[in-house]
Amino acid sequence: MERLLSIIFIYILVENFVLQRFFGICPFLGVSRKMETAVGMSMAVIFVMSMATLVTWLLYTFVLIPLNLEYLQIVTFILVIASLVQLVETTLRKISPTLYQGLGIFLPLITTNCAIMAVTLLAVREEFAFIEAVVFGIAASIGFSLALVIMAGIRERLELADVPDVLQGPAVTLITAGILSLAFQGFRGMLTL
Amino acid sequence: MAEHNPYVDDLSRGIIRENPVFRLLLGMCPLLGVTAYFINGLGMGLATTAVVVASNVVIASLKNYIPTQVRIPCFIVVIATFVTMVEMVLQAFQPALYEALGVFVPLIVVNCVILGRAEAFASKKPVLRSLADGVGVGIGFTLALGILALVREVAGQGTIMGPDPESAILLFGEGFEPMGLFGQPPGAFIALGLLLGFANMLFKKLNI
Repeated sequence: MERLLSIIFIYILVENFVLQRFFGICPFLGVSRKMETAVGMSMAVIFVMSMATLVTWLLYTFVLIPLNLEYLQIVTFILVIASLVQLVETTLRKISPTLYQGLGIFLPLITTNCAIMAVTLLAVREEFAFIEAVVFGIAASIGFSLALVIMAGIRERLELADVPDVLQGPAVTLITAGILSLAFQGFRGMLTL
Repeated sequence: MAEHNPYVDDLSRGIIRENPVFRLLLGMCPLLGVTAYFINGLGMGLATTAVVVASNVVIASLKNYIPTQVRIPCFIVVIATFVTMVEMVLQAFQPALYEALGVFVPLIVVNCVILGRAEAFASKKPVLRSLADGVGVGIGFTLALGILALVREVAGQGTIMGPDPESAILLFGEGFEPMGLFGQPPGAFIALGLLLGFANMLFKKLNI
């Protein structure tokens, strides 16, 4: 239990996926312009990331390892993520059209979100047990969402700021992210597994 | 006007005019993640170049056999295969670099630069032109990684060619106190932001 709690704390704050580990920078820069889209993207990521960790962990442990096919890890994981995204999209459209409307456009983007791939690979590399891996997936996705939502809040205000001409757009967003990351640096070393 | 060589054009496009990092803002995760040291940045750039060149060539030669509806999964499988090969080669011949790059090696598979080239170029153009395009984009990406890594290592560690103490060259002598921030995650964001601003200024001045 203690270990699970530390996994949650570490991957939300200490080792935040976006701000400390640099996974999922593209959606972080791409959809953080408005709070509404940021929340939509966060929901979709939480959903897919938790599912992906669960499925790939089971697949790796019970199919790839017994068959000595570890070298197929990359191919398998990316295909699982791609089909999972597709599956989630189709299911959601059937059972919850409202949620689908909300998440719809973000789902296809998730396939190339490297945070998802990273979480599945790390769950295996860190040799987490099953429950730990699932908790890790959920915590990492919450960490991602936290960073995204904070950033969206900052960027909505940044719209009104007077930014030098050449720094407009992604440049100033990255510098802002740097300062945000500096704030998260305060959690550094607070807790290790 | 001089005669136009499409190969030269394809090769040069990815380096400056459509540089994947400075102009298109793709592939940000490895860019920030591995650039604490110049060697790592360069290694990552070369690994990515190998994958983008190989996948461009294979996809361009298979383009008539890949059904349009399932092309993205097909591209991803081709890319994933080459990433696996690169990972094995690195693990076998460059274990130190492999360790340093860590999970970012398998993550080359989700680098949008590569899938972007497959979708936008290799799936429509002939093999040799796709080869030229892959090389150009690879050089452009490596260039960006190299510049950012150089800035970060010089400012953050005061060395080049680190982290291995045997090859590391101290630039400013023993008494130099490096700005540790640039070796850390916040410094990566800030350095890249400033670099993008600088690149914008340069592009505007030169009217590219």
